[in-house]
Amino acid sequence: MSANEDTPVTVNENKDQFRPEDHEHDHFLLTTVVGSYPKPKWLNRSKELYQDPDHEFDEDDWQEAKDDASRLITAEHERAGLDAVVDGEMRRNEMVEFFAHRIEGYEFNGPVKVWGHNYFDKPSVVSEVEYDESWLVDEYEFTAAASDRPVKVPITGPYTLANWSFNEAYDDDEELAYDLADLVNEEIEKLVEAGARYIQIDEPALATTPDDHAIVGEALERIVADIPEEVRIGLHVCYGDYSRIYPEILEFPVDEFDLELANGDYEQLDVFKDPEFSKDLALGVTDAHVAEVESVEQIEENIKKGLEVVPPEQLVVSPDCGVKLLPREVAYGKMANMVEAARNVEADLDAGNIDIERGAPAPADD
Amino acid sequence: MTEYVSTTPGLFPLPDWAKDDLSDLKGHQKHDLISGDESGEITAAYEDAREDVIAAQQDAGLDRIAEGQLRWDDMLAHPLAVNDAVETHGIVRYYDNNNFYREPVVTGDLDATGDVAAELETAAELAGDDALQAVLPGPYSLADLATDEHYGDEAEFLGAIADFLEGEATAFPEVETLFLLEPSLVENAPEDGVDERASEAIDQVASAVDADVVVQPYWGALEEKVYAHLLDADIDAVGFDFVANQEDNLYNIQEYGATDDVSFGLADGQNTLVEDPEAIRDRVDWVYDQIPVSEFETVYLTTNTETFYLPYAKFEEKLAALAAAAELAEVKAT
Repeated sequence: MSANEDTPVTVNENKDQFRPEDHEHDHFLLTTVVGSYPKPKWLNRSKELYQDPDHEFDEDDWQEAKDDASRLITAEHERAGLDAVVDGEMRRNEMVEFFAHRIEGYEFNGPVKVWGHNYFDKPSVVSEVEYDESWLVDEYEFTAAASDRPVKVPITGPYTLANWSFNEAYDDDEELAYDLADLVNEEIEKLVEAGARYIQIDEPALATTPDDHAIVGEALERIVADIPEEVRIGLHVCYGDYSRIYPEILEFPVDEFDLELANGDYEQLDVFKDPEFSKDLALGVTDAHVAEVESVEQIEENIKKGLEVVPPEQLVVSPDCGVKLLPREVAYGKMANMVEAARNVEADLDAGNIDIERGAPAPADD
Repeated sequence: MTEYVSTTPGLFPLPDWAKDDLSDLKGHQKHDLISGDESGEITAAYEDAREDVIAAQQDAGLDRIAEGQLRWDDMLAHPLAVNDAVETHGIVRYYDNNNFYREPVVTGDLDATGDVAAELETAAELAGDDALQAVLPGPYSLADLATDEHYGDEAEFLGAIADFLEGEATAFPEVETLFLLEPSLVENAPEDGVDERASEAIDQVASAVDADVVVQPYWGALEEKVYAHLLDADIDAVGFDFVANQEDNLYNIQEYGATDDVSFGLADGQNTLVEDPEAIRDRVDWVYDQIPVSEFETVYLTTNTETFYLPYAKFEEKLAALAAAAELAEVKAT
């Protein structure tokens, strides 16, 4: 099979709803980000002022600073040319803490060590988790109003929310994960009501305990219950041994898998060739852990790796992971080069200049 | 009559003020971590923090006072991380936890450094008349956490690690108890032949001190053969992680017996839920009900794992629960 068959471009309705009206090519490789982005230095300073009891910088000032940062990074994503944007998670501190603060049943007892002098406020679940105030609707509405482009909403998944907390209240983490999945479902319903059409569930904990993929699958069934078909649901799983979760994850009720493969130089690419990758692939094409901007040519080569796994209509282009730890100018450089590379590959696809064998390598004659 | 001794496997969380101060003094990156030749300001901060955790144990009424291993940025790999014959490479996962340490790569002949003994000297002063407890990684776990680029042979490397730990232990001041932590005996169980060598290596380190030696495996139960070999080592107590696995630990005791002294991991070192002292005491009774032995000489009551996973205030509460549980058990036994 090759990707340059002289046929009209195949339609993928769920993905094509994010295609810009003035898109210049027949092919469309949706470009987006995983979510997090470096915070402007002044935002961190504002937070320090806000937390300083002796300073006049108050709640309103802090809110204004977060609004400004959100507008700024959303615009930066637009300037880089991304098709679906995020506000860079400017309002969020840490991916578990942020949600735990908004869910009834969680409590905080202080920081714990991750490594060296890196700590996080690992929360404890002390009673049955319950939905209280909305988590992300304000964030979504603000970003959507600040941009003409589709806005993607990343949400930390229930398996990670359960695994990266102390569990004082449930018999096991599985039961806690399912209860949390019901809350995520409730939040997505509210986001959809507010207009969101692109949701990404982040499950980094699955990378460290891949044998639990069935729990993540069951949690996703709860998450998507009664969510309209046209809403695009993605799942982001960070770098890990993907062979331990593939092909099982193809059964998950999601439209897209967002995978970290540039980091390992695509050594695990073959994992996804057999059996055939039946979902959309959001391929990591720039390394989120290397503070050097890859060239447009290099990223084009990385994008073409994705075409070894899925046809162009199933390919989405994204960085490996959240880029919040990179210097901001490097993060921007990666986004801009990534979009330029995607547009170049689209043009080559339109012109029929790309001929890539897709799927498992043919078995040798024997 | 059984003596109940409340204690911990060490490796405490830093008090919150010390987390802040030491982050500022040392930094957050890999090369900022403890190398063994830290500056005076950093040493002073650790001394203050050590004073805090020793006072916390005394206030709780624990029967053994651990130094706290607050400097052990690389957790159980620490004794190697500060050794001149070792390079620290990238950050790697610490067992199945969301915690990481610098991979220690052994590149030369390992000699004892006296790093752990020096910590214990200062702790001994603070502990006063209270019984001091030393903590070391067991030789099998330390070899498992490290990478060998020098000795070139698995058996020889384990032997070198045992020699090294023996050297460290020989330099210790007087201690009442030595805990050798051996999670790798569970997490990466030794194969045939290696299990016997692991037991010999433990025996060698245990013989270096004139103290009661407790070997504490955790995150489950030992495989039968590993357990049987461990009982051959000249140690005073084997530890059982009853938080992670009850059935297989009981089976081992039922089938193979145990040392005269035992250590029961009955409080969860990785969960903020603080056990009631009565509940801990009841679990001791429950274990007794299941096994043929009528009495042990000494039962150490402890958290199953290190406690650095916990927020500081919860760590303090766990200490108090263990101390109260040992008192309850003692009262009941009389």
